[in-house]
Amino acid sequence: MEAIRATFFQECEELLADLETGLLAMEEGQGDSETVNAVFRAVHSVKGGAGAFGLDGLVRFAHVFETTLDGVRNGELEVEASLVALMLRCADRLSDHVSAAKVGESLDPDGDQDLIKQLEAFCVAEEAGEAGELDLPIAFAVVPLSIGDAPEAFTPLVASTEAGPAEWRIEFKPHATLYANANDASVLLRELARLGELRVELNADALPGLDTLDVFGAYLSWTLWLTTEKAEADIRDVFEFVDGDCDLTIRGPGANDTVDIAVTSTPDIGDGDRDLIPASAGPLEGEMSLQDLLAMARGASSDTAEAEAAAESVIATEPRVLKEPSPQVSESANAPSAKSAGKATDVAQPTIRVDLDRVDRLIDLVGELVINQAMLAQQVHEAGLARSGNIALGLDDLEQLTREIQDSVMAIRAQPVKSVFQRMPRLVREVASMTGKSVRLVTEGEGTEVDKTVIERLSEPLTHMIRNAVDHGLESPEARVAAGKPAEGVIRLAALHRSGRIVIEVSDDGKGIDRARVRSIAIERGLIEPDAVLTEEEVDNLIFAPGFSTASAVSDISGRGVGMDVVKRSIQALGGRISITSIPGKGSTFTLSLPLTLAVLDGMVVSVGDHTLVVPITVIVETLQPKPVDVRSLGPHATVLAVRGSHVPLIDVGSAMGFRPDPASGSGVTILVESELGGLAALRVDSIQGQRQVVIKSLEQNYDQVPGIAAATILGDGRVALIVDVDGVIALRRQTATRPTLLDKAS
Amino acid sequence: MSLSPSVDPRELIAFHLGGQEFCVDIRSVLEIRGWAPATAIPQSPSYVKGVINLRGTVLPIVDLGARLGLGPSEPSARHVIIVARISNKTVGLLVEAVSDILTVSDDRIQPTPDVACDTVRSFVKGVIAQDTGMISLIALDGILPETVAEAA
Amino acid sequence: MTKVVLTVDDSRTMRDMLRLALAEASFEVVQAVDGVHGLEVLSQTEPDVIITDINMPNMDGFGFIEAVRRDERRRGTPILVLTTESDAAKKQRARAAGATGWIVKPFDPAKLVDAVRRVAA
Repeated sequence: MEAIRATFFQECEELLADLETGLLAMEEGQGDSETVNAVFRAVHSVKGGAGAFGLDGLVRFAHVFETTLDGVRNGELEVEASLVALMLRCADRLSDHVSAAKVGESLDPDGDQDLIKQLEAFCVAEEAGEAGELDLPIAFAVVPLSIGDAPEAFTPLVASTEAGPAEWRIEFKPHATLYANANDASVLLRELARLGELRVELNADALPGLDTLDVFGAYLSWTLWLTTEKAEADIRDVFEFVDGDCDLTIRGPGANDTVDIAVTSTPDIGDGDRDLIPASAGPLEGEMSLQDLLAMARGASSDTAEAEAAAESVIATEPRVLKEPSPQVSESANAPSAKSAGKATDVAQPTIRVDLDRVDRLIDLVGELVINQAMLAQQVHEAGLARSGNIALGLDDLEQLTREIQDSVMAIRAQPVKSVFQRMPRLVREVASMTGKSVRLVTEGEGTEVDKTVIERLSEPLTHMIRNAVDHGLESPEARVAAGKPAEGVIRLAALHRSGRIVIEVSDDGKGIDRARVRSIAIERGLIEPDAVLTEEEVDNLIFAPGFSTASAVSDISGRGVGMDVVKRSIQALGGRISITSIPGKGSTFTLSLPLTLAVLDGMVVSVGDHTLVVPITVIVETLQPKPVDVRSLGPHATVLAVRGSHVPLIDVGSAMGFRPDPASGSGVTILVESELGGLAALRVDSIQGQRQVVIKSLEQNYDQVPGIAAATILGDGRVALIVDVDGVIALRRQTATRPTLLDKAS
Repeated sequence: MSLSPSVDPRELIAFHLGGQEFCVDIRSVLEIRGWAPATAIPQSPSYVKGVINLRGTVLPIVDLGARLGLGPSEPSARHVIIVARISNKTVGLLVEAVSDILTVSDDRIQPTPDVACDTVRSFVKGVIAQDTGMISLIALDGILPETVAEAA
Repeated sequence: MTKVVLTVDDSRTMRDMLRLALAEASFEVVQAVDGVHGLEVLSQTEPDVIITDINMPNMDGFGFIEAVRRDERRRGTPILVLTTESDAAKKQRARAAGATGWIVKPFDPAKLVDAVRRVAA
């Protein structure tokens, strides 16, 4: 049962996600009937499961919600914006209920009242408007659902006869519909016989002649005498499923007609072909004639039945009452039939659930394999064996295979960002309602896949950024209108793959960054010199500087900056980068760029003095061997490189890293890289060793973040090489050149 | 082996550094291995020799002599690395040859004499008198650079 | 002989609960996730009793029951419907579609087993 409970909460998570996705689609006006049905089902299933675990509060709230959704589904309620907005809040509340239940708590039902009242208001208004059109009695009020509502609750219980066995007389005449629904008179008699001693009298008077017999007809009736200690309710229970499909009269020991169910006519019990069958022994096996007859009567047998059954069977007086069309029934009639079933279910591919630990262990091992393979290749090469054709070929194959294994293993951990994105609509709603803003969230690229760990660790910084965007990025509706913008602000959250990384953008159409203000705060906090010359881009990026924002400054800042240094740190810890672009009056865009996996990257291995470094291929634009004339000094420290007419900063990696005091003069190779901000920079190294895929090893695990270094790796010779963080190196250079304090804290 | 609980003995690994003898608690030591050239880390304190590959893990190496203010070591074949667990990080400590494993009860550990300088006092938790001389017991907690400790 | 029960429900939780309850009563349990899948399973299995949910994607319970009843060979297979409420209208509709009986959710395992036994031939 514990396992089922776990399944339930797991399923709830999926259902709640479906619920929100569906409601959001409805909000966008894309709620077709399938969406509405899915939304209904989600709430319905949560309620169903919750009932099984006795989560009363959850069930009660879900019930009201479900009732409203049922109204929407039936077309009784109009899908209007205010209703969808209300339902979204109900979805949030439902999610809170589930979260509470998960940890064994329950929410205060008073907290539901407001939402319930609003839901009811919708239903009642609609009901009033369309009074008389509702043919189904739908409970719009809060119905305390009794858990364990059992069938017998619908039949009034007659006090059980504890005074010993009594004889009941039961008149039972099945209709054709009884058989059509696969109920079976013989089974019913068998069940009755379980209750006590049963005498059975068959009346086959109504059997028609062979020529007029309908194999699906019902021509037989029975009079039964049951001697039992059970109460009438127990007897009626046996007939529960055939209520309405038969004429039934039950007369108790008092000989009074107690209750009649669907008595349309009192069966006429003739004196003719009367067959008394003592059935107290239980099932009617052995009573062949009856069995055969029943088989015929309910039409269970096939084509041959007609001829053979003739003698024993009878006429159809009523046509099969099967069709009672309703919107849904006719809809499902168009649903794929059994033949196309295979195709429809193929959509859901078979999956298995595997412990993450096992996958991670596998990934670790594959990482070791990659390193080992590289070491082996290098040793073979150094031993001078690589020239031998077979060995070289074998090594190539091994490398190829290793790479494929690695890619496949990585793919196991990849997941769509949807799981993070779908938490954001709720956040936006909450922050919007807290700040009195009107916000629409647009998401794109939810299916973009990235490593599970990246996704998990993305949630927090993204939450922070979205909250900031609503709180600080967007203006109040009044201010927006005054500025000639729509009152409703738009936050856009998009994900896409770009050159081997995942890029996530959070943008708003708000007021943009107030650069003068940011600058003055930065000066005030000693982050920059009062006379520092900064580009707009550099000013914008000051908001990421540690110490830029403090709690007391938050409300004053007419831009952003609430703990953006924290956001930046957590993104960097993932091997990612964050930057901002902003246009005053138009809004701001944060761009996150993250590696798809935390395990490998393609790198260019370079030498700087005695040091070996790896530059990620993804940032390299090209490699150059510049002529001395193209290298020009700019000011006391800076050097620029002329590249096809434009000048880009030239950074000597050796001196930026502190490997040597002064930039190396003379020859070398220059790698043109693109920074996250889109700008170009040229990195000068001594030589390039080659290109290879490297396994990323954390430097932070046992040490710390190092400015200018993204991570470490292990090369074929077994030694550690550091992976260059290009933006970090650019920042290091800037730090020495212009702003001595800005990044001090990070070191 | 019956022991009185008040004098719970502990095992210590003793080693030489700059002509002095030090020791650390064996419980924090994972293994001892030979010196291998380390990859330098930019922007790191001078006593951080760099990082090495310890079976797939990147292990920072702290020159313990330099850390204790005894001057930098010139690693040679006789130097060893004591791989230790410090808070939740694994760190290699570069020392001269390991000399001994001692079993010492707590009551034999004396407070650090006042004469020691600040650097020494911040790392030396106490001293143990031996026939051969005095051994300083090092507390490893503060060995890593500050930001590392913060992050830990 | 072991009786075979086919359960059709889109909720994993409900499927697990049905399986648990029925397996404990020594029924052999075959499961499907919606009406379409249920029909597919039926093409390979001959259950003694079918239990189906109503609200399901792809093909709901009503559609499933009707499709089963259209199949000559399944005309006599008892079908029990799982309903959340004791909603008379729902039962009526299920019956109109061809359901043999119903089980009210949340169900007591003993009641479930009882209902299955009651309709099984």
